[in-house]
Amino acid sequence: MDRSSIVERVLRALLLTVIVIFFLFPIVWILLMSFQTNEQILRIPPSLSFVPTLDNYRALISGHLLTSAGSLDIAFMRNLGNSVLLSTCAVVLALILGVPAAYAFARFKFWLSEDIAFTLLSFRFAPPLLVLLPLSLYFQDLGLVDTYVGLIWVYQLIALPLILWIVRGYFEDISPDIENAYRIAGHSWLRTFFKIAVPLAGPGIAAAGLLSFIFCWNNFVFALILASADKQPVTVGALAFVTASGIQYGQVASAIVLSVTPTLLLALYAQRWLVEGLSLGAVKG
Amino acid sequence: MAQIEIKDLHKSFKDDAVLKGLSLNIEKGEIVTLFGPSGTGKTVLLRLLAGIYAPDAGTIGLRGRDAAGSPPDKRGIGMAFQNFALFPHMTARDNIASALTARKTETGEIARKVEAVAQLLKISHVLEHSPRELSNGQKQRTALARALVADPDILLLDDPLRNVDAKLRYEMRLELPVLLKRARSTVLYVTQDFKEAMALGDRIAVLLDGEIAQCDTPERIYAEPVSIGVARLFGDPTLNLVEVEPRLVDGAPEILVGGATIRLPASYAAAAGGRYTLGLRPESLRLVDAPASGTIAVDLVAVTPLNEKSVLLCTMDGGDELLASEAGDRDVPRRTGPGRVALDLDAVLLFDRASGRRFAPADNNGVGL
Repeated sequence: MDRSSIVERVLRALLLTVIVIFFLFPIVWILLMSFQTNEQILRIPPSLSFVPTLDNYRALISGHLLTSAGSLDIAFMRNLGNSVLLSTCAVVLALILGVPAAYAFARFKFWLSEDIAFTLLSFRFAPPLLVLLPLSLYFQDLGLVDTYVGLIWVYQLIALPLILWIVRGYFEDISPDIENAYRIAGHSWLRTFFKIAVPLAGPGIAAAGLLSFIFCWNNFVFALILASADKQPVTVGALAFVTASGIQYGQVASAIVLSVTPTLLLALYAQRWLVEGLSLGAVKG
Repeated sequence: MAQIEIKDLHKSFKDDAVLKGLSLNIEKGEIVTLFGPSGTGKTVLLRLLAGIYAPDAGTIGLRGRDAAGSPPDKRGIGMAFQNFALFPHMTARDNIASALTARKTETGEIARKVEAVAQLLKISHVLEHSPRELSNGQKQRTALARALVADPDILLLDDPLRNVDAKLRYEMRLELPVLLKRARSTVLYVTQDFKEAMALGDRIAVLLDGEIAQCDTPERIYAEPVSIGVARLFGDPTLNLVEVEPRLVDGAPEILVGGATIRLPASYAAAAGGRYTLGLRPESLRLVDAPASGTIAVDLVAVTPLNEKSVLLCTMDGGDELLASEAGDRDVPRRTGPGRVALDLDAVLLFDRASGRRFAPADNNGVGL
């Protein structure tokens, strides 16, 4: 251990504190706001001293928004449930489709393979609004507007390219000899895929899955256009907080806290899968 | 019927033709070392045999049956990779056992066999470690154990000693022949080290320019290489090459080396009048004191003692260099300066300068090591 001077250590701690405050301040502020009434939030000058209230959370969970203009029904919990359902299904589907596809793109060079892979990536370039008009027309014809299936399908535009390209890179990093060795040991191609390739690309699959879950969760426009109230996720549902009597900051804040929680929990859970270096030491050179 | 029968095998990658009509037969229970400089396609050949690559043309017969279209998992081959290719997410035990789990072996039987092979290779104490925690030597033994554990009748070893340190390599070079003989498999062993090739192989297959240049016992490859290319791959230091033009004097073939006239055995008479390259193994050259006829006057420039032998660098008249080596137990002069070198006429190699092929003396009986 090097003996750094006290000044150095104090400075380092100070700097770290400043950085942490800088990044965490908005989140902490929202957390504080979620325990305040609208009046407390909007008073001038703002103050850190207040009597915490759970009214915001109560209103969200019971679904009755109390404003100065009267009571309003909102479906926040249903929106939250929709978000969980849509994002989870979309990511699971994208993983089922994307991981084998990523493996194919990583291991085999077939006709047009690069073009297909790039086309899939290009879905990420296109502004969603550009796609939405034709898409909503087609969806109307197909009867997919305002269905979970339709939304999950559209979410593949977000999740699939991400998973495909991240996981492909991880598959490419695995030495083919490791898979060859398993084949020669007498295992089938499919078994090799599940027992060797997938576990070794595990960190990549976890990272890609988590990232696409966050992107799906945060999506706004697709659900805004293609879903009605009872199928909408929280991002769209949050619009309900803009009421005739003003914006309900307290409820917005607690809604944010509630809607961040699932992603945060997932990220914390997935963290242990995100360990790198699993393949270190397997292959020489 | 040969256990491994390779006929006219072709394989190229893009425009790079690696194997150009390679043929090789390996009998059951035989250990053949596949030897050649790097980049000649030794590993490619092994992969073709294992079914990882498919040949462009030609056939591979395994146990008398055409292996075309048979996937790697159906060939019943054991293989050790040069880079070990251990499964990083499994313990050494599971790595070794992977060759048995596919064959629907009983759990108890698997454990017993893994223990047995681990004991043989002295890795019993690290079976619960993951590959990351193993030293290179242990990794190499684990990879070898994985190839051996299922008692495959065909074993492909891709330069398994390449990535281990010198001490372990020396140890393994002594242990491996015993191990391989015990396994009673047909073995194709790839190496870039001619000593390893000679120590391990019943026969050596020399791979040059996409073909097997020569496949023979180590002794014959050393004493009777088919071409100058093969001859140069064996020996440390490598053989000396001197351009000569044999001519007949009084019915006996003679050559001029470094100003000295040397009378070749009569069996070389047919070489008279041609243009040849003389190949002299360093150990076939001896420093002599008396200026007898048939000895070459040299200037001894440097003496490098290497324990078991000494390497002598000499220059002949005209500046051509000669490397000679003398066994270490002999009294090798440490002094440099003028001297004379005699050559062992039995070990002389004569190569056609145009084709590089060895001139076969009329009577071949006298040639030995």
